[in-house]
Amino acid sequence: MSDPLLKVDNLHVEFKTGSIITRAVNGVTFELNEQENIGIVGESGSGKSVTATSILQLIPSPPAKVANGAIYFKGKNLLKLSSKEMRKIRGNEISMIFQDPSTSLNPVFTVGNQLIETIRAHKKVSKKQAKQKAISLLDLVGIPAPDKRIDMYPHEFSGGMRQRVMIAIALACDPEVLIADEPTTALDVTVQAQILNLMKELQERLGMSIIMITHDLGVVWETCDKLLVMYAGRVVESASVKDLYQQPLHPYTWGLLDSQISEGQNSAEPLASIPGSPPDLSYEIKGCPFVERCPYAQDICYQETPQLNETIQGHAVACHFQTSEHQLERKEREYSDGDAT
Amino acid sequence: MMETLLEVNGLKKHFPVSNPIPFKKSTQSVKAVDGVNFDVYQGETLGIVGESGCGKSTMARLVNQLIKPTDGSVIFKKQNLIDMPAEKLRQMRQKIQMVFQDPYASLDPRLKVGELIAEPLVIHQIGDRTSQKQRVEELLEIVGLNKRYADRYPHEFSGGQRQRINIARALTLNPELVICDEPVSALDVSVQAQVINLLNKLQQDFKLTYIFISHDLNVVRYMCDRIAVMYLGRIVEIGTFEEIYANPQHPYTKALFSAIPKESPFEEKERIILKGTVPSPLNPPSGCHFHERCPVAIDICKTKEPKMITKEKIHQTSCHLAD
Repeated sequence: MSDPLLKVDNLHVEFKTGSIITRAVNGVTFELNEQENIGIVGESGSGKSVTATSILQLIPSPPAKVANGAIYFKGKNLLKLSSKEMRKIRGNEISMIFQDPSTSLNPVFTVGNQLIETIRAHKKVSKKQAKQKAISLLDLVGIPAPDKRIDMYPHEFSGGMRQRVMIAIALACDPEVLIADEPTTALDVTVQAQILNLMKELQERLGMSIIMITHDLGVVWETCDKLLVMYAGRVVESASVKDLYQQPLHPYTWGLLDSQISEGQNSAEPLASIPGSPPDLSYEIKGCPFVERCPYAQDICYQETPQLNETIQGHAVACHFQTSEHQLERKEREYSDGDAT
Repeated sequence: MMETLLEVNGLKKHFPVSNPIPFKKSTQSVKAVDGVNFDVYQGETLGIVGESGCGKSTMARLVNQLIKPTDGSVIFKKQNLIDMPAEKLRQMRQKIQMVFQDPYASLDPRLKVGELIAEPLVIHQIGDRTSQKQRVEELLEIVGLNKRYADRYPHEFSGGQRQRINIARALTLNPELVICDEPVSALDVSVQAQVINLLNKLQQDFKLTYIFISHDLNVVRYMCDRIAVMYLGRIVEIGTFEEIYANPQHPYTKALFSAIPKESPFEEKERIILKGTVPSPLNPPSGCHFHERCPVAIDICKTKEPKMITKEKIHQTSCHLAD
């Protein structure tokens, strides 16, 4: 197999505010191959978005700082590039869709303007050609009457339509990697179904790789091949989606899967949940970050931080008790309506 | 049959839109809620689902009279809340409380948690300082928070904890009906499960009746006995969840259920992808509001508004084709 298209290697990102250092990302490593869909899931504050924005270097610095690690795209370390070189990649070879379609478009320019701006920033084409391309892009993402809609302002579009415009802008330069940061969280279910369908269809047609960041496992089952589960700025488990669903290994993943409401469950039986809340990342974490909430925790978990190790082919987990020699027995679901803190 | 706690008849709310010509009277209005009828029975949870802009939240605000309806009646415990004298309404409102969606925006950042929870008691002049303080501590324990938290400010809490504070506040006056407007949408899954468990436990302990508004159909499936599906200001289908889920009659309900994300990577799902977007409530389509996007619309749908048809005792729908 050839080199991966994108490789994030031991990435550490920290935010410095005053004398407090918050370690938002603590050693994230993953690879993205061509035409592959990777999902990243985790609770708020687990470092999903910081990882993604670090790839494109969109995080404000200061306060943010990449403390360690490397990001290779086609063999080049993106962190070593000059800002001019980076600009050639950003929006061109790697592009991004953001969560909130209503705040990520500029309200004082027409959508056509914003599309043409992106195209002309990266390609030497005339205004007329750029406009033609913009119209065909709007058509591609399923906006009716694109030749009229191109002269409209973002406020004249609905949420779902705005997200389509965002996708059109992201696709303007035929990117090889598309980073989608919670692309459907702000949308209704019926619109979410439309957008996910569209993304799948476009991927088949254009052959790009997608990094899908979400907290909704339903979206992952729908679209991804591989899944990274993040907790407290670390990847705690990574596997193919099917493996992870059939044989999850990390206790946090178990909790996450158990908290999903499944068909046939009703309010007579309480929902499983993970007691407590994630650790504060502005303190040094000793041992496993999940230890306080883990029902299987033992002495070693407080002392040593487990590393992400491949236990089965293609399935890695960061847990002291999940190795190829030794495995944990999964307990019954935990129920809680209380607050541990 | 269970006792009816709340009865909503022909409820309408039209918001006037200002005329672009200065000093001219407005002629258009947004028909946010356009003729809604439903009952809520004692002790049940009625779920209200629908896309954004379909009038779910406006309806919630109409039920507890935060806004005045254009037409219709809201009958709570056999008394019509509309046209009720202000003082009497204030008394009745103690029994109808609300939990809002955004736990960050719905708590005053300058009040301590204890003051926030005691506020309803102060407003209604119930008890003295000591008994109010006792009540606050009791409520904090009920919602699973430490009673020492009464002296802290909202910003010191996480989203899930804030939502617990909101719930405690809603319970202060021993309500009978609690309207939850997307109470868990802003929370992470693991925290969401905790808050849902809490709401369920409180319902049993205090014999509460819930109106539960949500766009998350999985949460609604878990929480609710009956659901009402709304589209563009009208209820298109109402009944028990099992019945509607197993046997949806309205084409919109079918599309909505088919859009629920998969439960596993192995599930194969037949999707009904709707065309277009929800039309503007300023100019809703004639006849059946859904006909422009409906995959099975016939001629009559364009001209005639469908009536509610009772399919089963527990299931009603408004579609010309459901006959």
